[in-house]
Amino acid sequence: MDTKRVVLGLKVVLWLGALAPFAWMVAGFFLDWLGVNPIEKLTHVSGMTTLVLLLVTLAVTPARRLTGWNPVIQLRRPLGLFAFFYAFLHFSVWMVLDLGFDLQWVAEDIAERPYITVGFTAFVLLIPLAVTSTRGWIRRLRKRWTRLHALVYVSTALGCIHYYWLVKSDVRLPLLLAGIYVALMGVRAARWLERRIRATATAG
Amino acid sequence: MIIRRPDDIPSSAITPEPTYVNRRAFIGRAAAGVAGLALAPSGLKALERSGGSLGSLGSLGGPQQVKYEDLESELGEKVNSYKEITTYNNFYEFGTGKSDPSENSGDFQPRPWTVAVEGHCNNPGSYQLEDFLAPHRLEDRVYRMRCVEAWSMVVPWRGFPLADLVKRADPTGDAKFVEFTTIIRPSQMPGQRTGVLQWPYIEGLRLDEATNPLTLLVTGVYGKDLPNQNGAPLRLITPWKYGFKGIKSIVRIRFLEEMPKNTWWVTNPREYGFYANVNPQVDHPRWSQARERRIGEFRRRETLMFNGYAEQVAHMYAGMDLARWI
Repeated sequence: MDTKRVVLGLKVVLWLGALAPFAWMVAGFFLDWLGVNPIEKLTHVSGMTTLVLLLVTLAVTPARRLTGWNPVIQLRRPLGLFAFFYAFLHFSVWMVLDLGFDLQWVAEDIAERPYITVGFTAFVLLIPLAVTSTRGWIRRLRKRWTRLHALVYVSTALGCIHYYWLVKSDVRLPLLLAGIYVALMGVRAARWLERRIRATATAG
Repeated sequence: MIIRRPDDIPSSAITPEPTYVNRRAFIGRAAAGVAGLALAPSGLKALERSGGSLGSLGSLGGPQQVKYEDLESELGEKVNSYKEITTYNNFYEFGTGKSDPSENSGDFQPRPWTVAVEGHCNNPGSYQLEDFLAPHRLEDRVYRMRCVEAWSMVVPWRGFPLADLVKRADPTGDAKFVEFTTIIRPSQMPGQRTGVLQWPYIEGLRLDEATNPLTLLVTGVYGKDLPNQNGAPLRLITPWKYGFKGIKSIVRIRFLEEMPKNTWWVTNPREYGFYANVNPQVDHPRWSQARERRIGEFRRRETLMFNGYAEQVAHMYAGMDLARWI
């Protein structure tokens, strides 16, 4: 099988998988399976999907190094953009449906509730990444693009903290997701360390 | 017909006449031998209907059964549907998701059931549930329910005043608090096989809170026995406190000299206290308590001091710093 077809197949799976939660929410809204507090359900599903997609996005580069199969990198942009789509949805449900577009209350919540402060920050940090995800911006920014997009590490970390801080006592799932984040960052840290050591050895 | 009127309710708190007349008509339709009582300021916020025995309210109403949904007109606030009340629950013994209790409590056996009354009282004992309930007249009361998570409902409970039980148990002078304990039964309560909370679940009230006329021991909702997910077969309801005070599936009631260590307080003393009075001015450390989402409504509504029951309960906390005693 040639690479192009495999990548295409993977992209189809990615689109179907990433759109599934959205389809579930839309269908649930019309078919009344979101339960008796639909706004809360929409908030939870969109938030959870955002965090999971961010983690999958962060797994692409380690997967590429691990397998040595470079074309997998082509999945990174659509994954990241889907993550942003759900982050935007999550933010919109909260601001429009939950708070009824009461901007004073939105501001109050962002300023006074730490879990909302970090969640909002995580969302804002994703905006420039979504904007600069095009080929043109990659070309224009060159090296700075890589540095800018390292913000996804910060954003995902804040997303994990946001989730951990908002639950009442059952922190099992937030800890699991945070653990995956730490593992994915650990892979990167190990590689960075390895390169430094090698560089030092060469220099010495 | 007897209209009972606790002393602490001023005449201004009694239902305005149109509502009162409507209620009369309603009660007349529903049954003879029924008492209605307004328990809150600004119109009728709580309805009390004394209803005879353990039987369903339908038996009181004869051919015209009571429609709990219709209580809206008397309450001034819409009663939540049976589905809402029984599918959106916090009962961590069956899981931490809102739909977990209704989905995971099917195997739970609420009968036979034993309730122990212990501690500083002259009439301790261990009772079969039927014997425990026998001396009490069950009544229907519509109360607001405000969860600490900032959502709320309006629920037609069926139960009896805890004060009646306290009187029966006859606490001694040493009794300052009442402690309640939920059953431990991990084989039927999957949440108890996890460590998300300390088991058994414990709650407590000060003795004056326990004997406040609003405080109920509840056996039913919507005129039926409590479903498992709502705390079958016996639970506590204190409508001016956050919902977690309403301990479910109670097996032990104990009179204590010391303040009981209730589960959420033990879990996170910075965020949850012993009193847990609904208070829009004191925020939870992580979210505002100023407003709430009434299940079934779109816009949030303002949260009321003591959940709208200030006239009946505020006097118990006179002089207390409510920001400190959360």
